[in-house]
Amino acid sequence: MNKTQNNKAWFLVLPVLAIVSLNAIVPLMTVVNYSVQETFGNNLFFFEGVRWFREVLDSERFQDSLLRQFSFTGIILAIEIPLGVAIALSMPKKGIWASVCLVLMSLPLLIPWNVVGAMWNIFALPDIGLLGYTLNAMGFDYNFTRQAISAWFTVILMDVWHWTSLVVLLAYAGLRSIDDSYYQAARIDGASKWAVFLYIQLPKLKHVLTLAFLLRFIDSFMIYTEPFVLTGGGPGNTTTFLSIDLVKSALGEFNLGAAGAMSLIYFLMTLLVCWLFYTLAMRGEER
Amino acid sequence: MDLSWMAWTWQTAAFFIFIGLAILAMGLWEKIEPGGAPRHGVLGLDTTRGDRLFISLLGSAYIHLGWLAFTGAPLWGATIISVVFALAVFRWV
Repeated sequence: MNKTQNNKAWFLVLPVLAIVSLNAIVPLMTVVNYSVQETFGNNLFFFEGVRWFREVLDSERFQDSLLRQFSFTGIILAIEIPLGVAIALSMPKKGIWASVCLVLMSLPLLIPWNVVGAMWNIFALPDIGLLGYTLNAMGFDYNFTRQAISAWFTVILMDVWHWTSLVVLLAYAGLRSIDDSYYQAARIDGASKWAVFLYIQLPKLKHVLTLAFLLRFIDSFMIYTEPFVLTGGGPGNTTTFLSIDLVKSALGEFNLGAAGAMSLIYFLMTLLVCWLFYTLAMRGEER
Repeated sequence: MDLSWMAWTWQTAAFFIFIGLAILAMGLWEKIEPGGAPRHGVLGLDTTRGDRLFISLLGSAYIHLGWLAFTGAPLWGATIISVVFALAVFRWV
C-alpha cells in the first residue's frame, strides 16, 4: 500500500510545541538545573554534581515513600480496574436508567481533589463522621488519625470512591462499541456468559482498559491533594506518598537540590512505566 | 530575557544541547539515508529510529541512576556502558 507522505503537516504542531515548551520543558529544565546544585536562597547556586542523586537514592526516606507509593498504586489498580469493569457490565444498556447511572457515575469525577479530601476527612472522623462513628459503633477500633491501617483503609476507599467511575465510564463506552453480531454469534454457539466476557468483551475492552490503567496509574502515582488533606501524610509517615514527600522536601525544608533530584527520578519512573505499558499494549497492532 | 532564575550551569546546558543535537542528528540521518520505518527487533517490538533513540536515552538515565545507587565509582563508567547500550539498541532492537 502506497500512501502519499507529506510531513509538512508537522508544522501545524508548532504552536502546541511552543506552549508545551513554556509550561513543561522550561520548568523541567529548571528542575534539572536545580538537581545538580545547592542553594541557600537569594538565587545563589553552588554546583554539587550528582551528590543529590546519590543521597536521594541512598536515603531510607525516599525508599520508604517509594515503597508506599507502589503499594498504594498497586492496591487501587487491583481494586478499581476489576470493580470498574464489573460495574460497567452490570449497568443497563439503554433507556432512562442508563443515563441515570451514567450521571450518578460521573458525579464523583466532578468533585475537586481537595473537596474529596475534606469530605472524607469529616466522613471518617471517629467521633462525629458517619463512617468513623458507624465503624466504631460496630465494634471496630477505627481511627484514621492514629492508626496506620485505618489511614490506609480510608485513603484507598477514598480513591476507589473517587476514581472507579472513570474506569466504569471507559469500560462502558468500550462495551457499547462492540458490534451486536458478536453477541449473536455467541448466542448461536451457545456460549456461556463467562465465555462471552472472556473471548468477546475482554479482548474488545483491551484498548480502553489500557487507557484506564495508564490514567489511573499516572494519576495515583502523582496523588497529592487527597491524602494530604485527609491524613497530611500521617499518622507518622505512614501515608506519605512520593509527591507529599517531595513537597515536604522542596517547600517545607527548601532542599531544592535534593527535591530536584527526587523529582527527576520520579519523572523517569513515570516515563518508563508509561512507555512499557504503551509498548506492551500496542505490540502486534498497527499504530 | 533574564534567565538567571533557571539557575543554568554549563553542565546542564551541555546536557540539553546534547539532547537537541541528538534529535537534530536523527533528522539529518533520516534525510540523508532514509530508513526510519519500523523494524522488528530482538525484543519483539517494532521500533523506528526515533523509538530507538528514546529507548537509548531512557535506558542511559537508568544506567546512570543504577550506577549512582550501587557503586561509588566515578560516573563516566556509567556513561561508557550507556554508549555501548545505545549502540546495541540501534543495532539490534
